[in-house]
Amino acid sequence: MTSKGTDTISLAGRDLVSMRDFSREELLAFLDAAEGFEGYDQPILAGKILGTLFFEPSTRTHLSFTAAMQRLGGQALGFADAKISSTAKGESLADTIRVVENYCDIILVRHPLEGAARLSAESTRLPVINAGDGTNQHPTQTLLDLYTIRQKRGRLDNLKIAFVGDLKYSRTVHSLIETLTHFDNEIFLISPQSLRIPADFIEELDARGTIYSEDEDFFSLASDVDILYTTRIQQERFPDPVEYEKVKNAYRIDRATLDKIGGSVTLMHPLPRLNEIATELDDYPGAAYFDQARNGVTVRKAVLSLLLGIDRV
Amino acid sequence: MQGEPTEPAASSGDMPLIKVSALRKGTVIDHLVAGTALKVLSILGIRFEGAVTIGLNLESGKVNRKDIIKIENREITPEEVSKIALVSPRATFSIIRDFNVVDKFKPALPPVIDNLIHCPNPSCVCNDSRVATRFKVERTDPLKVRCHYCERSLKKEEVELL
Repeated sequence: MTSKGTDTISLAGRDLVSMRDFSREELLAFLDAAEGFEGYDQPILAGKILGTLFFEPSTRTHLSFTAAMQRLGGQALGFADAKISSTAKGESLADTIRVVENYCDIILVRHPLEGAARLSAESTRLPVINAGDGTNQHPTQTLLDLYTIRQKRGRLDNLKIAFVGDLKYSRTVHSLIETLTHFDNEIFLISPQSLRIPADFIEELDARGTIYSEDEDFFSLASDVDILYTTRIQQERFPDPVEYEKVKNAYRIDRATLDKIGGSVTLMHPLPRLNEIATELDDYPGAAYFDQARNGVTVRKAVLSLLLGIDRV
Repeated sequence: MQGEPTEPAASSGDMPLIKVSALRKGTVIDHLVAGTALKVLSILGIRFEGAVTIGLNLESGKVNRKDIIKIENREITPEEVSKIALVSPRATFSIIRDFNVVDKFKPALPPVIDNLIHCPNPSCVCNDSRVATRFKVERTDPLKVRCHYCERSLKKEEVELL
């Protein structure tokens, strides 16, 4: 499914800080490269070291990047808690990056402050990958979501894609919706009134001419929706616990729900899930959330290889 | 302002013209969005060596209502022009020497604005790490800027200058 012309695009030495920095062709170049890394475990990154700087905890992103690096023969070193880094002694982020660049070839940063990955990238000559900066960006999550959509539906255009749940605070949803504006799709936004997508994103959809609709009612969805992307509604977002109780199960998806909307929808979720998707759906043919996790390693292998400028052999 | 040529600042229907002395030397900032003159003065600071004349909410054929500021003995700097453009993008600037307009220009916002706008996001790294703020101009009129770091966008009414 390789896209036309993406084999001539070089991403060597680039930072992967924000999806806003990449054109449609460059996004496709990441996805095309990832296809070649399905099941590919040759040690092409032998001798290369990934610096993993996790200023806040992460399980999946940390493990899948480490797995991707080690599958390709490289090594990973770093810390998973800011308390054990020099930050605890008051060192600035820029100084930490300038020190760590001497120990590795590429740097992965997760940080609670928004813009921390951008500042890190400006502080080093090495490529920097954003593994999540506050509520702003998590670009490899977006890439693996796009990869999964294309894998399951065979294309990234002419799809009906519904986002359901917390559309106000979900970084994953924001980034994926913004990135999907590079493609021609119809977007459905289903959320409680209090968790509607911020006006800024609506403005962007309007500016890009994307067809979209907003609704509170899950069953307003057309039966021919292709992708159902659900997110966790987080209790801590609600100052009033009564409000949380009202909406927490509003969009729970189980077999009965799927029967009502019909069709052959692909179910996606960035995980972890609470009760948004019933476990009885785990063997439903359209359930793609564990595939997303598996694709995370594949896509991250491609990202590491492309940014380091080392091709498959 | 004694004995110098005068020029009409604005007319209002049958009301008599208001006469304001012409400047010998300084800057005239015209076509300010009505209501922004005092903000512009605060941007310029309060240290003036000459007279400052302010017209508020004057009738204007071009923009309906406008504010105008004349500043004696001070030529505005490019940095000040950029700041004023953020609050009044259609303002015009005339530099006066010996009663003559020697330069007249409209502000053009640069594509990137460094260290002029405060990022209101408390979780933005620029508020924590004491790095200079940087905003990209996505649209000039109506103004929309985006923080280079946290990527939050701000509309004109949300822009707070440092």
